[in-house]
Amino acid sequence: MSNENSQGEEINHFRRIVYIWIALSVVCDLLFWFLVGPHVPPGRMTSSAQGDQLDFNILFVIGLPVLIGVSEWLVYAAFNWNAKKKDTPESVGGPRAWGNKRVEVSWIIVTSVVVVCLAGFGIIELVALQGAGGGEGPNPIWYPHGAIQAETAALAGTGTWSPNSNDVLPVQVIAQQWKFTYRYPTFGGFESSELILPDDTAIAFNVTSLDVIHSFWAYQLEVKADANPLENNVAFTRTQQLGNFVVRCSELCGLWHGAMFNYGTVVSQAAFEKWATTTEAANAANTKNLAPFAWTYVPDANGAAGGYYPDGNVTPYSPTEIYGSKQPS
Amino acid sequence: MTISAERPTEVDDKGVDPPEFIAQPKLRRHGLLGQHLGTAIVCGFLGYILGHWLGNYVASGYPYIANSGQNSIAVLLALMFMVLGWLIGIGALNYPFAKMLGREAKGEVEYQGWTRYFRYNLDHKVVGIQYVVGVLVFFFTGGLLAMAIRTELLNPTVHVFSADTYIKIVSEHGTIMMMMASSVVVGPLGNYFVPLMIGARRMAYPRIEAFSFWIFSAGYLVIFSALFFGGFPTGWTGYAPLQTQAGPGMISYLFGFAIISIGMMAAGFNLAVTIINYRAPGMTWSRVPIFVWSIIATAALLTLASPVLLAAGLFGILDKTVQTAFYVTEHGGSSYLWENLFWFFGHPEVYIMALPGFGIVGEILPVFARKPLFAYRIAAAGMIGVALLSFFVWQHHLFQSGINPDMRPLFMLTTELISIPTGFIFLVGMGTLYKAKIRYEVPMLFCMAVYFNFLIGGMSGVFLSDVPVNVTVHGGFFVLSHFHYTIMGGLIFAFFAGLYFWLPKMTGKKMNKKLGLWHFWTMFVFFNLTFFPMFVIGLLGQPRRVFTYAKNLQTLNDFSSISAFLLGASFLIFVANIMWSQFISPEKSPPNPWDSLGLEWQTATPIPIYNFERIPVIMTDPYHYSEPGAPALADFGEKVMAPNTSPPSSSTSTDQ
Repeated sequence: MSNENSQGEEINHFRRIVYIWIALSVVCDLLFWFLVGPHVPPGRMTSSAQGDQLDFNILFVIGLPVLIGVSEWLVYAAFNWNAKKKDTPESVGGPRAWGNKRVEVSWIIVTSVVVVCLAGFGIIELVALQGAGGGEGPNPIWYPHGAIQAETAALAGTGTWSPNSNDVLPVQVIAQQWKFTYRYPTFGGFESSELILPDDTAIAFNVTSLDVIHSFWAYQLEVKADANPLENNVAFTRTQQLGNFVVRCSELCGLWHGAMFNYGTVVSQAAFEKWATTTEAANAANTKNLAPFAWTYVPDANGAAGGYYPDGNVTPYSPTEIYGSKQPS
Repeated sequence: MTISAERPTEVDDKGVDPPEFIAQPKLRRHGLLGQHLGTAIVCGFLGYILGHWLGNYVASGYPYIANSGQNSIAVLLALMFMVLGWLIGIGALNYPFAKMLGREAKGEVEYQGWTRYFRYNLDHKVVGIQYVVGVLVFFFTGGLLAMAIRTELLNPTVHVFSADTYIKIVSEHGTIMMMMASSVVVGPLGNYFVPLMIGARRMAYPRIEAFSFWIFSAGYLVIFSALFFGGFPTGWTGYAPLQTQAGPGMISYLFGFAIISIGMMAAGFNLAVTIINYRAPGMTWSRVPIFVWSIIATAALLTLASPVLLAAGLFGILDKTVQTAFYVTEHGGSSYLWENLFWFFGHPEVYIMALPGFGIVGEILPVFARKPLFAYRIAAAGMIGVALLSFFVWQHHLFQSGINPDMRPLFMLTTELISIPTGFIFLVGMGTLYKAKIRYEVPMLFCMAVYFNFLIGGMSGVFLSDVPVNVTVHGGFFVLSHFHYTIMGGLIFAFFAGLYFWLPKMTGKKMNKKLGLWHFWTMFVFFNLTFFPMFVIGLLGQPRRVFTYAKNLQTLNDFSSISAFLLGASFLIFVANIMWSQFISPEKSPPNPWDSLGLEWQTATPIPIYNFERIPVIMTDPYHYSEPGAPALADFGEKVMAPNTSPPSSSTSTDQ
């Protein structure tokens, strides 16, 4: 027992570990925040991307000291308290080694406070960023100003959008095996295979699927929303930089999941309006033949369950019908 | 031949001969006669043929089957009858059938010799060894598939496999590994060492224990059979309606998970009942070894979470065979239903894979640190806390799915709360190492690695739990790296720590230390080199389960792939070590090579068939390391002490 006391006086290991830890943490945190932080993907192309970058950096700055602390402890123990080293004192058991109320209680308090603060911060960010670019289901409770009006008008076919109007632009994302199609309800509901968005505009993505579950992931826009059949999954963001971005499917959707990607561009508001009106006019004949704009579409008979389940529109139900031959109206 | 394994309520005083009831049982050698793996294979094969014929007979006339070109009902019945045949062939159903027919069941014969490892054996030590081999077969199969995945990802444009083959490899890899990981510690080490650690002679339900292994091995056959039915494209998560759309390989997935979940339930409640009821006299809850705490927490999860998987699997099977529409939105079902059910099981499942690892580490650290486990109660509380909270976090897998988005703050909070009890485990480890005199044997190195790997895995989990950050990292390589860090870096490293630690007790032969060190260092280094770059790959935008990716990510992917091949090679060293030190040049291990105070080490090596000559009476709590004058752990009864075992009283100071 006396051995233990004299050791404690010789080197205060705990204090030493703490000093090294503080020094390392401060240095690494500063290096990360100023050198790496501004470059953390996916950049700042939209409000949600910027907010999420901030979130990531704050989590990292808090997480890094934890990472450093525990690893430093392990490394310190591995080198200092090694049985192979000649001067390593014997381990000391007994009541003092069984536990230490003060240490235990402070550990619990500190970890709990950090964790609850992190959760609180995450919730604030989620609400402040209007869902942070994540899918919010058909009835989002956090949305940008004017989103509900724009969405309602889009469905009624009365939606408008013009440069400098500060209107929310609803865009529909239709996922199917294995491509994304985009519909612009405010411009007559035309379909496009490339996603063009105006700069400095709040966008409401309405994501749905025609067959299996996909996930619409506009990487640089920091938008991700699962595409579910017969569900409208809404995600908001606000563009703030011009540039190209990539869209990938991030939910396994079968054979060509890996090849399910395309590209999009954020252009100036004037350029967008020009593109949208020209495309609307050029596609008018085709758009007429499309299903009327809706939040969801009954899956095609060749979709996920096509040919296997009786078609939803077969009436009267006939079990001998060759399933799937009938297309939905 | 009848042996009562009841434990005496009071243990006789010293000097009395062992009473009649613990006399050694009569053992029989039967060679190749009777029921064994061979008959199981034959019956399984016959069952398969019968089921397939039956399925074609009853179902091939229906138009939706005739049109599909594939008869899912035939596949399902074939697999069902195969499993049934397998169980009949191995003899798992002899006892229940005899009882059902009103006959007195013949007592199972206790086979001896090497053939017992190929039979339906009720000895938990035999089942434990069977499980070791079983999970290693699972693990190496899944590992080879992982090598195939990394080969394909060497180049974004040059493809080794077709997209079709690739997605099937990915799915098979994920599913096999998940099935393996849910049993990797509970099966081999839990079954083998829980009775030894709590001073019991056997498990509470030996037949159910043996059943859990043989259904687990049938699960392997079923899930492996998917490859012969064209595989399945859904990954291990099996999301509907892709599941509904998939070919008959999907039946293997659904039915495989269903029967694996039966095995998990069986193993879980058997372990829970054993731990609750079969503890030796004196082993109060505050004296239960920490590994046993981790197993009881895991057992609770196994018992409560697996039924949900079973139900989910059965719904999927019905959807695919008889056209119910549980998961088909346009016919009144919901694709969200599968997601909810699957993750309601799936999240407790990931703690099923984490907790036993914590238990092993907590058990091994004190032995090599020569110090008591720091804050034992906190460790146990942490495990129970993790187990409880794990039922309240499942929707964090569905943050972007559009399901219940208003609940995201709650699930964010619960998910982050779970890092508090997980943090307890780190406190315990750090406290135990503090001012210890650490011996770096192979198991200890693996334990230190668990802390390091799980630290990274756990910290990355905090990023995933944060909804805004989750938007980027969900469904990408970041999350892939996260769960490989926790499951492989945590659980699998802990499993190898446990194997190196306990194999000398299980087989009576030492493991070669030099090969063990090579295995550890190659596995540790290449594990980190494989998976750490994947965090970056994920942040740079690569989704999971893709056969092609952005060209600028090729360098990182190649680095990861080459490291993965070397990681795979590190397991060859392990196999070489097993071959060398267990078969080619075995070296006898002393009964307690690590100077552990654990109860399991105090009995003789090889372990007598009923473990302890007498049920020990536990005198104190475990982990009195480096404590002169500490009370002995247990009273074994003087005369029946095994030779070569140091008497418990000398365990007070084991390090000279």
